[in-house]
Amino acid sequence: MCRKLRFILTIAAAAGVGFTAPALADGIKVGMITTLSGGGSSLGIDIRDGFELALKQGGGKLGGVPVQLIVSDDARKPEVAKQIADRMIKSDKVDIMTGIVWSNLAMAVVPGVTRGGTFYISPNAGPSALAGKMCNENYFNVAWQNDNLHEAMGQHVSDKGFKNVYILAPNYPAGKDALAGFKRFYKGGLAGEVYTKLGQKDYAAEISALRAANPDAVFFFLPGGMGINFLKQYAQAGLNDEIPLFGPAFSFDETILGPVGDAAVGVYNSSQWNADIENAANRAFVADFIAEHGRRPSLYASQGYDAARLIGSALAAVKGDMSNKSAFRLALTKADFESVRGNFRFGANHHPIQDIYIRQVYRNEQGELTNKIVGKVFSDHQDAYAKDCIM
Amino acid sequence: MNALLVLEQILNGLQLGVMLFLLAAGLTLVFGIMDLINLAHGSLYMVGAFVAATVTHWTGSFILGLLAALPAAAITGMAVEWIALRSLYERSHLDQVLATFGLILFFNELVRIVWGPRAIFMDVPQALSGTVEIIPGAPYPMYRLAIIVVGIAVAAFLYLLITRTRVGMLIRAGASNREMIGALGVNVRLLYTLVFGLGAALAGLAGAMAGPIFAVEVGMGEGILILTFVVIVIGGIGSIRGALVGALLVGLVDTLGRAFLPGLFRLMLDPATADGVGASLASMSIYILMAGILIWRPSGLFPAHG
Repeated sequence: MCRKLRFILTIAAAAGVGFTAPALADGIKVGMITTLSGGGSSLGIDIRDGFELALKQGGGKLGGVPVQLIVSDDARKPEVAKQIADRMIKSDKVDIMTGIVWSNLAMAVVPGVTRGGTFYISPNAGPSALAGKMCNENYFNVAWQNDNLHEAMGQHVSDKGFKNVYILAPNYPAGKDALAGFKRFYKGGLAGEVYTKLGQKDYAAEISALRAANPDAVFFFLPGGMGINFLKQYAQAGLNDEIPLFGPAFSFDETILGPVGDAAVGVYNSSQWNADIENAANRAFVADFIAEHGRRPSLYASQGYDAARLIGSALAAVKGDMSNKSAFRLALTKADFESVRGNFRFGANHHPIQDIYIRQVYRNEQGELTNKIVGKVFSDHQDAYAKDCIM
Repeated sequence: MNALLVLEQILNGLQLGVMLFLLAAGLTLVFGIMDLINLAHGSLYMVGAFVAATVTHWTGSFILGLLAALPAAAITGMAVEWIALRSLYERSHLDQVLATFGLILFFNELVRIVWGPRAIFMDVPQALSGTVEIIPGAPYPMYRLAIIVVGIAVAAFLYLLITRTRVGMLIRAGASNREMIGALGVNVRLLYTLVFGLGAALAGLAGAMAGPIFAVEVGMGEGILILTFVVIVIGGIGSIRGALVGALLVGLVDTLGRAFLPGLFRLMLDPATADGVGASLASMSIYILMAGILIWRPSGLFPAHG
C-alpha cells in the first residue's frame, strides 16, 4: 500500500505544481524553478520575491527588454524539478533558467539544461562539481560557490582560537561542500562531524551526542526550517550559554531569526551580503523590498534580485537579441551591474569573486531580529574549484 | 559512548514516540473504523500548531494556546469530515488518497493566506523552559519531559475510553465489523464524526505541543505523517494499543539509529564513509523495521480486525 501511496503522491505533486504565469505576447522568457512549498519554502519565496522586485522596478523589463517570468514550485523534490525543467525547455521554450535553491536539485537539473544550450543563472545552489570539473559555459552562479561562506566561518572560528569544534550539516551535496569548506580554513581539531537527514525536524539525538562530545564551539549548516528547529532545540537543551554556535548566513537568515526568537541574539555568522552594506543599489533594494512585502529581505532575496539584474545587464548589452549566444554569454561574464553586495565579479568558472563578511544577530530599533556586519574575513575571495574548470 | 548517553538517547526516542502516538492514535482509528485513508491528518497537526502559536502570542499563555488548539483542530476535522470525506467512505482507497491529498494543498494554501509564507514564533512556556538532571550530568529539557508525561496521560485516557465506556465499546465494535453495528441501530454517521473529531483533536494537541520545539510553518505536518503511517502499519490498523507500541518502537529505533549507527560503522570503516553509510542506514532503519515486522506479522503487531 505504501508504494501505491507514494506513487499517487508523486503524481499529485507533479500535477499540483503545474500552474504557470499567464503568457505574454513576446519578450525574453525566463523560467524559474524554485521551492515554494514545504519546509524549505522560505528560501524559494525570497528568491522569487527578490527577482520579481527587480522586474517590477523595471516596469516588467530587465535591462530595458520585456521579460516574461514563468515560476514553478519544485517542492524540494529532484524528480519534480527535472520534469518542470523539461516542460519549460520543450513547451514553454524559455531562453534563460534560474531559481533552484537546493544543490541536489541543481545537480539533477542544471547539467542537462546547460548542455542543451539554455543559459542557467543560479541564484543560490553552487555545488562544487558545477564550479569545477562539470563547469559549463552556459552556467553562471550569481550567489557563491557552496563552500565560500563556510570557508569564511572556518577562518573566523580559527582566528577566535577555538580548538575543538563540533560540525554538523545535512547529508546532501551542499552539506558535504559546507563541511569541506569549513575544514579548508579551520586549523583546530574536530570533536565530531555529523551529517543529518535533509529536512530533519528533531535534533534531540544529535544534541545529546554533541553535549557528550564536549566541544568548545559548534559550527552548523542547516538552512530554512531545519535551522529553526535546531536553534530552538539547542536553546531548550540549555546549551546556548555553554557552547557558542557559529554558522553561515543560511543558518541565521531573517526567515529563521523571527521564529527562533531571542535564542539566536549575539551569534556570529558569515555572509556575502547584508542589508547594511552601503551602496545605492542596496539601499534601493532594501527599501523597496520592505515597502513591497512588509518584511526584511534575507540574503536569498538579495541573490534573486542580483540574478535578475545580471540578466538585465546582459540583455541591455545585446539589446534584447539572444540569437547570438556567445555575445550574450560574454555580456554575462562582464557582470556589468551594481551588485547589492558591492564588490563582485565573475571568475573564469563563472562563479563570484567577492568579499565575505562576519555578521552578528541583534534586535533593531523596530524590535525585529536581524543581522549587522561586524567585520570582513575575506576580500576578493574565489572558490577552490576554479582551477579544475576547463570550458 | 557511555551508559548515560544511551539512557538519554532512549529518553529522546520515547519523546519522539509519544509525539508520534498522538498522531497515530487518531489516524489508526479513522483508518480502522471508517476504512478511510486520511492524508490530511498532518494538516490538522499544522492547524493545531498555528492556532496554538497565535493564541499564545495574543494572550501570553501557553495553556490557553493549547486549550484553543484542541477545539480548533477538532472542529476543523469534523467540518472536513462533514463536507468532504463523508461521500468518500464507499469509494476506493485511491480516490480517498487523491481527495485527501487535495485537502493538504488546500490547507497549505489556506494557512499561507492567513499566516503568510514564513514560519512563526512560538516559545516554550516559562515554567517548562529550564532543564532537569534526571540523568546525572545530562540536563534534559523539561519541556520534552512534559511531552512524555502528556503522552502517557493521553494513552491512559484512551485506554479507559476504549475499554470502559459505551462510546469505546462502539468504537471497538466499529473497528471489528462496521456493517454489523450499523445493522444494530447505532448511528454510524454520528459515531464517525465523533471519532474523526477525537482524532483531529489529538493531532491538534500534537501540533500545539510541537510548536515550541519545531518550526511552525506551512507543510510542517507532511514529514511526520509518513512516520505516522509507518507507525500504524507496524502497530496494526485500527488498534490504539498497536499505535502506542508502534510509535514507541519507531521513535526508539529512529533516534537510537541516528545516534549510534555512524559510531558503530566507524569501528569498521574510515570516518567519512562511516558517517555517510551510518546516516543513510539510520534514515532507512524504521522502514527496515517495518518490513521485518510485516514479514513476521503481515497485518501488524495488534490487528484490530479478527
